[in-house]
Amino acid sequence: MTEPKIPLWEVFIRSRNGLAHKHVGSLHASDATLALQAARDLYTRRGEGLSIWVVPSHAITASDPADKGMMFEPAASKIYRHPTFYDVPDEVGHM
Amino acid sequence: MYTQALNAGAVGAGQPPGEDAALLARFQERVDADQRIEPNDAMPEAYRRTLIRQISQHAHSEIIGMQPEGNWLTRAPSLRRKAALLAKVQDECGHGLYLYAAAETLGIAREELVDQLLTGKAKYSSIFNYPTLSWADIGAIGWLVDGAAIMNQIPLCRCSYGPYARAMIRVCKEESFHQRQGFEIMLTLARGTSAQKAMAQDALDRWWWPCLMMFGPPDAASQHSDTSTRWKIKRFSNDELRRKFVDATVPQAHFLGLTLPDPDLRFDADSGHWEFGAIDWDELRRVIAGDGPCNADRIAARRCAHEDGAWVREAALAFAAKRQAKQAA
Amino acid sequence: MAPGPIRVAETPLVSYLLRRADDALVLGHRLSEWAGRAPTMEEDMALANMGLDLLGQARMLYAHAGEVEGRGRDEDAFAYWRDERGYRNLLLVEQPNGDFAVTIVRQFLYAAYAEPYWRAMMASGDATLAAVGAKAEKEMAYHVRHCAEWVVRLGDGTAESRARAAAALTELWPFTGELFEVDGTDRTLIAAGIAVDPQTLREPWQRTVIQVLAEATLEAPPAGFMRRGGRSGRHSEHLGHLLAEMQHLQRSNPGAAW
Repeated sequence: MTEPKIPLWEVFIRSRNGLAHKHVGSLHASDATLALQAARDLYTRRGEGLSIWVVPSHAITASDPADKGMMFEPAASKIYRHPTFYDVPDEVGHM
Repeated sequence: MYTQALNAGAVGAGQPPGEDAALLARFQERVDADQRIEPNDAMPEAYRRTLIRQISQHAHSEIIGMQPEGNWLTRAPSLRRKAALLAKVQDECGHGLYLYAAAETLGIAREELVDQLLTGKAKYSSIFNYPTLSWADIGAIGWLVDGAAIMNQIPLCRCSYGPYARAMIRVCKEESFHQRQGFEIMLTLARGTSAQKAMAQDALDRWWWPCLMMFGPPDAASQHSDTSTRWKIKRFSNDELRRKFVDATVPQAHFLGLTLPDPDLRFDADSGHWEFGAIDWDELRRVIAGDGPCNADRIAARRCAHEDGAWVREAALAFAAKRQAKQAA
Repeated sequence: MAPGPIRVAETPLVSYLLRRADDALVLGHRLSEWAGRAPTMEEDMALANMGLDLLGQARMLYAHAGEVEGRGRDEDAFAYWRDERGYRNLLLVEQPNGDFAVTIVRQFLYAAYAEPYWRAMMASGDATLAAVGAKAEKEMAYHVRHCAEWVVRLGDGTAESRARAAAALTELWPFTGELFEVDGTDRTLIAAGIAVDPQTLREPWQRTVIQVLAEATLEAPPAGFMRRGGRSGRHSEHLGHLLAEMQHLQRSNPGAAW
């Protein structure tokens, strides 16, 4: 197709205050303003949102799944970062 | 709405040269362990291609599926029906968009997928090549076509490919009103005047068999289901889903007081299932090959919308470029 | 259910409600004609959303007209069983969709009026009209926002889009005078604190239109002859076709429920 491509945007919606924006999908729009309106019309038809972010898809830098081992596995062995690592006698109560 | 198992032109499981057998084995292990596959994960090329084909066919079906129902938008017989139908047709467009978005995560642009549809290279569900000839067809589509779609889509919510499964969860949630809307139309007609009841029966007569065909060719003739099943893209066979659909729908037709157009239909007490007559597979092949009643019209309408909109898309891009240049200056 | 075409005994309030309901229904119907035909699929969603807003407004207003009239007529009796001459909508909203520029400019010109109109109506002495106002004001504000973005993009896009946008403005401009028309019905209801004086809407309407056209590098057509007649049922030829299509199923099955 000779037609130029319309940019792709990733859409994030905050469903209610107190919650973080969550990725819901993507859409195409020629600029940010139209992307925001398209996100409203496409992803909040049933009252799913109170706030929308749109981000050009190309602006997202993602970790490579192939690097999963070196990126994330080293954290698994640091169990001393979790409260259950430490012994506190029951009679001390909740801590 | 929905796609079907179109096995014509299915992508085989054959691995391209250079694709490592170890990768395939590791991939299969992950799928077997019910781990979801995400966009940038290593995946066999055939898995990627199968998904692109299936998800895009599904998306095209939603977009083409707007037409038969859209045909009655301006003639809906009450304002309540008109609003519900507009919301439903709009949902179909939305579902098409969710699905194109899922397909694009596999590294293919929507423009390319749309191009495949407009040039006739891509398939969409055969059901949308049938015409809507009366208002009752809107009821029949919601009740039967969406009913069949739901049978197929619910298992897809657990599909191994994350973005597809997530899109299907959203679609299924939104579609729960579609089938009820259709059944309510049928029920109103079935309890209405004799002309309305005849309209409902006529719609059922015309839509019943094409709906059974929506599940795709019989398992015996369907050579590619195995791979899809192993990869957990597909969780039930065509025949299993078709049987489920018939079992669920026959009592609903009886409730409506309508007759299913199948003289061989009977309840088999031993198996607990409804046994139905022979499906005309030649008809399905014909419709898929392009000779259904509306194939040419559907594609022509889509092309027309695309071509008529070209100047608008160009204008939007030109404006964006101008603004960017201004900002950069 | 109506057994045949109805003629409504129009008190000022019934007439006033039908005018607003007819505006919303006819324009919503026009937008529904776009389903599956928009320049982008994203815009298909937007046009349907605007159409649904308008259908919702129409239904609330017809229901209220039925209550005020007190003859047991429902929304469908008004929508499906009045003939062209009984319809009270603005000529602007019945104009055919044309190309995307015509649809967007038509929607923009109407919404730029309807937004301040419904906002003012939130203070109406009629509680239902005030409630419709509270809902419609937000809906129309979004229509203004969305359509204005498109007017700007079409006006300041390519040479072709600019020419089409300018042609749409020229075509539709003569229908904008009717937005601010005041007749006996209006005067009675303005005096009763039920209706807003449309003359007060001219200034906010012009401000929105001129500002958006300027951003779009488009010019408002010169003030000229303004067409009117919709409020008294003297329509363009387009409305009859729209109604024939919309009403045929109801009318070929009198007394049937759908």
